[in-house]
Amino acid sequence: MHEMSLAEGILQIVEDAAARQDFKRVTEVRLEIGALSGVEAEALNFCLEVVLKGSVAEGARVVLERAPGRGWCLGCGETVEIQALYDPCPKCGGYQVQATGGTEMRVKDLLVE
Amino acid sequence: MCTVCGCGEGETRIEGHDHPHHDHGHSHDHPHEHAHEHVHADGTVHSHGHIHTHRHDHTDHDHAHSQLHEPGAPHYHEHHGESGNTLHYGLGPAHAHAPGLSQARMVRIEQDILGKNNTYAAGNRKHFAEHGIFAVNLVSSPGSGKTTLLVKTIEMLADKARVAVVEGDQQTSVDADRIRATGAPAIQVNTGKGCHLDAHMVGHALERLALPDDSLLMIENVGNLVCPAAFDLGEAHKVVILSVTEGEDKPLKYPDMFHAADLMLLNKVDLLPYLNFDVTKCVDFARRVNPKLQVMQVSATSGQGMEAWVAWLMGGLEQARTARLQNVDLLKQRIAELEARLAAQS
Repeated sequence: MHEMSLAEGILQIVEDAAARQDFKRVTEVRLEIGALSGVEAEALNFCLEVVLKGSVAEGARVVLERAPGRGWCLGCGETVEIQALYDPCPKCGGYQVQATGGTEMRVKDLLVE
Repeated sequence: MCTVCGCGEGETRIEGHDHPHHDHGHSHDHPHEHAHEHVHADGTVHSHGHIHTHRHDHTDHDHAHSQLHEPGAPHYHEHHGESGNTLHYGLGPAHAHAPGLSQARMVRIEQDILGKNNTYAAGNRKHFAEHGIFAVNLVSSPGSGKTTLLVKTIEMLADKARVAVVEGDQQTSVDADRIRATGAPAIQVNTGKGCHLDAHMVGHALERLALPDDSLLMIENVGNLVCPAAFDLGEAHKVVILSVTEGEDKPLKYPDMFHAADLMLLNKVDLLPYLNFDVTKCVDFARRVNPKLQVMQVSATSGQGMEAWVAWLMGGLEQARTARLQNVDLLKQRIAELEARLAAQS
């Protein structure tokens, strides 16, 4: 999707936390990015590098955890793994799959000094 | 900068708002987070996360809670006004995540990257619920006929409902002027370099509109099939409008929007005889992305299918009104109970 601005959102969260928790440096930022969130990992990494420059998190290691895309297949009556919102069910090939997981975009935690 | 697409900020204008306004930049809210955990008698460790946000920019005082729980995950309590700036991380993912590193150096965040917008959206939603307002967020690409559809809808609802409109566009108040010509109140929000409306802008627009109870609020988002998908405005439903002069494969090209919507209006169907647009294929594509998507075929110019759309809106209004009245009943009941207690004590 639009990684530059997500990076800005992440920076805001990190800076808010720094003000509240009183830490001076962030060495690692761990993110949970769902497979169906539309976020390109490489692009986000690139943008974070730029956006975090000059902040408490400059040079921090960015760890991306990809939450798998999951959907409920009406045909099969079970949860299946999907890679995109428009993917068919890998079991029955039907399109009656309602995404149930993998759309999250969150900052999980920070390693700080 | 927009938290989704990186577009610029700072040129947002809301009609009647008398100072230049940075909708993303300035912050009137003060989230407080504190954590603490409980160990229950049975040894279960139990904790919850609350973020309390106080908003000072609206006439009413909003107090939003967002609970961030993951099923199966150990959760922790965060309480405003309690143990200062201390966070306990013993239960955090630090356990598995960074062996050898001091737990105290791990700060657990668990925040949605779009969390700030979601807090404002929750405030708007609460306002809608208290006033029986049925709010719909109309999203589409530019040129799908949103404004013409709105004008027609307002005309059809003239004797049936109170309607107000929030118009989102990068520039000009052309659309709001078109709406106001129908007699319905409208507020134009110019997003400047922004590519979508966010919940904070809508909150400000609500203050200006001062909607009466049981109104219909139609929010016409900026014409853009990407970014508005990610921004909850507090609406009851996102309604995506696709016109048959666009490609039938748009639901696959822009899946996020069709996934976020509850209803798709296929507009300009009066033009179908002149086009190579495969309605069945389009609906099929849309339902691949969102199997629960409801679809209506309409033409704002010929009026075809508009009755069904208006009936859908009236249904939503009725539900919102019923919910408000139930709330009022509950409050009255509560007041009676408290008065009875007071009488018993005096």
